[in-house]
Amino acid sequence: MKALVLRRAVNVAVTVACGAMVVFAVAPLGSLLWLVVSKGVAGLSLSFFTALPTPVGEPGGGVGNAILGTAMLVGLACLVGLPLGIGAGVFLAERGDGPFGRAVRFTAEVFSGVPSIVIGIVAYGIVVVAMRRFSMIAGALALALLMVPTLARSTEELVRLVPGTLREASLALGVPAWKTSLRVVLRTAAGGILTAVLLAIARAAGETAPLLFTSLNNQYWNVRPDQPTASLTVQIFNYAISPYEDWHQKAWSAALVLLLLVGSLNLLARLALRRSAAGGRA
Amino acid sequence: MNGPIKLRVERLQARFGDHHVLRDVTLEVPASSVMAVIGPSGCGKSTFLRCLNRMHELVPGASSEGGVYLDGEDLYRRGVDPVLLRRRVGMVFQRPNPFPTMSIRDNVAAGLKLNGFRGRLDDVVERCLRQAALWDEVKDRLRAPATSLSGGQQQRLCIARALAVEPEVLLMDEPASALDPVATAKIEELMHELKERYTIVIVTHNMQQAARVSDRTAFFYMGELVEAGATEKIFTNPTEQRTEDYVTGKFG
Amino acid sequence: MPPPADIAAQARAPAATPIPTRATAGGHAGDRVFALTLVALGGAVLLVVGVVVLELYRVAQPALAKGGLRFLIDRDWDPVAGSFGALPFVYGTVVTSAVAIVLAVPISVGMALFLSEMGPPKLRPVVSFLIETLAAIPSVVYGLWGLFVVVPLLRDHVQPALAKTLGFLPLFRGPTIGLGYLAAGVLLAIMILPTVASVTTEVLKTVPPSLREGALALGATRWEAIRMAILPYARPGILGAALLGLGRALGETMAVTMVIGNAPEISASLFAPGYSLPAVIANEFAEATGALHLGALAGLGLVLFGLALVLNSTARLLVRLVARGPRAVA
Repeated sequence: MKALVLRRAVNVAVTVACGAMVVFAVAPLGSLLWLVVSKGVAGLSLSFFTALPTPVGEPGGGVGNAILGTAMLVGLACLVGLPLGIGAGVFLAERGDGPFGRAVRFTAEVFSGVPSIVIGIVAYGIVVVAMRRFSMIAGALALALLMVPTLARSTEELVRLVPGTLREASLALGVPAWKTSLRVVLRTAAGGILTAVLLAIARAAGETAPLLFTSLNNQYWNVRPDQPTASLTVQIFNYAISPYEDWHQKAWSAALVLLLLVGSLNLLARLALRRSAAGGRA
Repeated sequence: MNGPIKLRVERLQARFGDHHVLRDVTLEVPASSVMAVIGPSGCGKSTFLRCLNRMHELVPGASSEGGVYLDGEDLYRRGVDPVLLRRRVGMVFQRPNPFPTMSIRDNVAAGLKLNGFRGRLDDVVERCLRQAALWDEVKDRLRAPATSLSGGQQQRLCIARALAVEPEVLLMDEPASALDPVATAKIEELMHELKERYTIVIVTHNMQQAARVSDRTAFFYMGELVEAGATEKIFTNPTEQRTEDYVTGKFG
Repeated sequence: MPPPADIAAQARAPAATPIPTRATAGGHAGDRVFALTLVALGGAVLLVVGVVVLELYRVAQPALAKGGLRFLIDRDWDPVAGSFGALPFVYGTVVTSAVAIVLAVPISVGMALFLSEMGPPKLRPVVSFLIETLAAIPSVVYGLWGLFVVVPLLRDHVQPALAKTLGFLPLFRGPTIGLGYLAAGVLLAIMILPTVASVTTEVLKTVPPSLREGALALGATRWEAIRMAILPYARPGILGAALLGLGRALGETMAVTMVIGNAPEISASLFAPGYSLPAVIANEFAEATGALHLGALAGLGLVLFGLALVLNSTARLLVRLVARGPRAVA
């Protein structure tokens, strides 16, 4: 007979092992965050946020253009990605129960697993080839395509969560169905949708691969959509793989800036979620 | 019927957080008998049952006080390992819950394998399936998945599984409520046979069933034990007014 | 206040009209427009995916025309000389993903068990939050950290130790420069942990609690109940979680590019530098020499696309299988 003591010991051992697994997972996180902060902070200054990159060896310089570039790329991407993603999500929630809806849903689900670099190739084919140059638009298109599937799924879930009684009450008052959907249902789901949007933006801001051959990079300020554009992520990449020590330092600082950006967006998203869960507009 | 006391409960309280679910329950269950626990929904009967094999405390926030004595030994005493005690006090649940990834044979043997049983597993499996009146129906397909059985058969399989570890007490939480009348009748018949060797406590919301199968009955209401005694007395000549109101159907 | 037209419409309607649902909402112009817009948006998604596939195919065309996907099994990648053997990349992708899965699945299952069964309930939200944070970090930052922390760690400590103890295996032989399959695999493992762990946690939650109770009632310890009742039930779902993680690992580009060494070769040792499908695309696409080169790279993209599709569909099927489960009691 297996002694109870042994069985108990195994139980404890497994519990400890599971805890160890958590430590294995969390330790890299701690190391990464610690290093980005401690190494990145050294290079941070006001000029880092506002200045253009300088050639190797020259002191100073910053990622001002990269910050602007990321902002513009993501902003442009939202112009296309948000309406399409949210709209598709509303479609799936309101009218998505038939075979057409199922096809769209399945496609969006599976499409969300496509590697971002493949989407970059597509954006290249559509925009870069047509325009014969790398451009902000191409990068923005890639980012927009990446946003759509997740936004659509999140929106669908959120809209479905709105109680049917709300919809019925509005309809019973004589409000036409389309207005009901837009005003009543979407407004109720707005908090959750805002969260989803913020998360999508955070994810887009952190993308690198598709930008490598769409928006490429740019050492100068650029606000023209038809020109290559700097971005935080590509800049970090270039700095990191270079053989220069001071550029490595800049990579850490730029990474800190990126993490601050992504972190704030995630924090805002969490706040929006809490507000919408607690607030609950009638 | 008036055998030695197998299970004695003394001033048992149970809570879910601040919610006081069982108050001051004191009760005795003689060996080799069937005790039915009856009462309206939410009166604490299932909680009471789960206190007897210390399953109640597994719910986060749950607590209990008082004593539960099995053959005179307090199950809640420090140093008593719930894992061991659950072999002596087995449980059958409301909805049959055989392990779906295991065969019929492996389900019955599941509890035995925990302790590293050495011996002929197949003999034990057969014995328990016979005790649960299921052997003839499954003897040719012991390797079939447990889910291939009907609801009533699955419940008897769960009984066989519980019996395999040779408990002294068998707790049954509304074992037939999810079953059709034919399956129910089989389970009730089973209880008559099982009580020779085991002490059975059965929770049921079906008063007729309680009258049919039990020797003693305990009536719970809103967390309190209102009255307990010989089944015949409880149903024909109860002492408490509330008991009479319940068994005559004035509320429930 | 509904416009007069609506009130009039309602007055005309028969008394026992059911509440207008989407099925009976016809008749109002605004509704039709709205419905059409929605359908158009839904269709746009299908259109977009169609465009993606077609475009990918189009860019890859020059290379595919030259003999289909056969270039996948050629070993020689030399764009300048016009040879596009992609086997080193396929090999690298497979090896790094395998390392990632081997490392990530046990850790994730352990984490999921911690979160759902074995860990103290108070710690659970903290751990969940940490997992979400892991998921939010951009790939290029993982690469940066990997390049300057993991690679030196492997080079100076881990790889020598492995070579000393397990050096009889071809996997752990050769010079330890830090960059290589192992570094990439380790980074990938960390990056797919959130996916695998959270899906596994969800899968564990769908196991009916009655199974756990049944096991405990038989006198099982918590771990024994998990081993006996929960894990067997959840196994297909855990497999699904692993496949989802694999899908993510396959497509992961930046972190791998930064630590894998970018050497288009095939080596048996995990210490050796290598290359992966996404990495070569990332490094060469912008400056590709000619349509054939581009086509070959795009062909690699097509392969990635197909793999991701297959893996994701299978994975979701498995997870759904556990959640729905024909295990319902008769």
